[in-house]
Amino acid sequence: MAKGIWIFAERSDGTLRKVAFEMLSEARKMADKLGEELCVVVLGDTVEAATKDCGPYGADRVYAVESPLLKDYTTEGYAKALVDLVKQHQPSILLGGATVIGKDLFPRVAARLDAGLAVDCTEIKLGEGNQFVVKRPMYAGKVYADIAFSDVTPKMATIRPNVLIPAQPDASRKAEVVKVAPALTADDIKCKIVEQLKVAGEKVDLTEAEVIISGGRGMKGPENFTILEEMAAVLNATVGASRAAVDAGWRQQSDQVGQTGKVVSPNLYIACGISGAIQHFAGMGTSKYIVAINKDPEAVIFGKCDYGICDDLFKVVPKLTEELKKLRQE
Amino acid sequence: MDIIVCMKQVPDSEAQIRVRPDGKGIVDSDIKFVMNPYDEFGVEEALKLKEKFGGTVTLVCLGPARCVESIRTGLAMGADKAIHLDDPAFDGGDAISTAKVLAAAIKGLPHDLIFCGKQAIDDDSATVGSALAEVLGIPQVSLVVKVELAEDRKSAKVNRQILGGEEILQVPLPAVLNAQKGLNEPRYASLPGIMKAKKKEIKSVKVADLGIAADSIGAAGARTKILHMAAPPQRQAGKIIPGETPEEKAPILAKLLREEAKII
Repeated sequence: MAKGIWIFAERSDGTLRKVAFEMLSEARKMADKLGEELCVVVLGDTVEAATKDCGPYGADRVYAVESPLLKDYTTEGYAKALVDLVKQHQPSILLGGATVIGKDLFPRVAARLDAGLAVDCTEIKLGEGNQFVVKRPMYAGKVYADIAFSDVTPKMATIRPNVLIPAQPDASRKAEVVKVAPALTADDIKCKIVEQLKVAGEKVDLTEAEVIISGGRGMKGPENFTILEEMAAVLNATVGASRAAVDAGWRQQSDQVGQTGKVVSPNLYIACGISGAIQHFAGMGTSKYIVAINKDPEAVIFGKCDYGICDDLFKVVPKLTEELKKLRQE
Repeated sequence: MDIIVCMKQVPDSEAQIRVRPDGKGIVDSDIKFVMNPYDEFGVEEALKLKEKFGGTVTLVCLGPARCVESIRTGLAMGADKAIHLDDPAFDGGDAISTAKVLAAAIKGLPHDLIFCGKQAIDDDSATVGSALAEVLGIPQVSLVVKVELAEDRKSAKVNRQILGGEEILQVPLPAVLNAQKGLNEPRYASLPGIMKAKKKEIKSVKVADLGIAADSIGAAGARTKILHMAAPPQRQAGKIIPGETPEEKAPILAKLLREEAKII
């Protein structure tokens, strides 16, 4: 019988992406309730160093799957390595982050295992009779659905970053590290990476940012985003944009927050010159605090934000940056 | 070049979504349905490739009778013909079982390239395209923003979005490409296009035509099931910061962010 909760954890710069620890904390509670092991799977060329925090956050075991062919993410390489390991050990539940990589990998893996998959979940739990149940947004967050799984294992889910709350790590907890050499050959990877084009400036990605400052139509032009960048520097925030600002060509498409852009869930979302269309809320409605700065008192965003300033953003934003800087220096 | 475009009919992004009293689905009687916007990027890219390299563009759509209207939209844009997978046996399926049905239909068609939208804006699963590629045993690329076909048409150079940038992949064909916003600007159907679309073939296909086991698809084959749907709790209107001038208001907000929200 399938047993164990597994978490697929992604690396970034020698450590694991934060969503791995968010998943571990929640999955630890489930593993205790089920009396099952909690394992982390990390894939890469050299991954062992990145796994050191898995034990403190609740993992019992880490599978460190190492191969030069796993240095860069490829759908085919990662899917084969992960599926082979899952078939060998047969976990009952397999979780991953709803990140660019997780969203690409998990559908492929689920189809190969002929397993059930629920994506972009905002809640995971054991329901009646310890059945694994997840909650996920549909229709761009206009509706949330509780999803149950058939008896087929593993039951698979990807989890939206920044939503589950990580527990305090326990430094005395250790996880056993099992090194795995995957049976991968270069021929398994048919889509070859020709080139990676990184955008200059290594900002925290919108999907993982704690603070986001977004600009919309009210920014009036691309040059005016400088004032948002200045506030972002003070708050260590990432700058986003509404669809209107992206369609006007003021910001790149990868900066877009909303139904046809990124779905984000920061602690603080500051919307500047954004009216708050339903499609924009679909992308940021689960933010913990929403601040709106808009000179239009009729803007719908004022009905759905925590704090609103109804005034000229070109005067408010620089002043707010100054005030925040003072608070930071205290 | 024989190109397939998988398309879905979805509620318009402006639609108000209401949950049915039984909590198992949405009220769809008063909703405006349209072609999934990401699928439009797929249709457009297929048409551009056809214009350059010749060949056919075939739409494949799974869904009830009302989908014919959206299929006609795709035909009016310029697609040559369509397969409409319309059978109650497909109802209640999840993303993986849907992919199995699409794969069974596409297996019988010539296909050098398959486009899907990166996700459908109703269930937001972003799963069907990649699962379809897996069932067909061919590669897939997600979040595609540029496609450059090789002269011999046996492979393509494909740009896809990755964290913090883009990646260029060399992809052997056939493959499934999941279209992302930015790939192109979908054309509007022209009046002659709309007239021509009325005469184009929409072939209705039932489960019996596909040679797949009825228990592997639809509700019987689904590995996930919706227990209950509900509207999320509405956010309440918050505090409008008092004051006459920006100079007065900004410090109040900064203070609230620190003392009340505790995030600064």
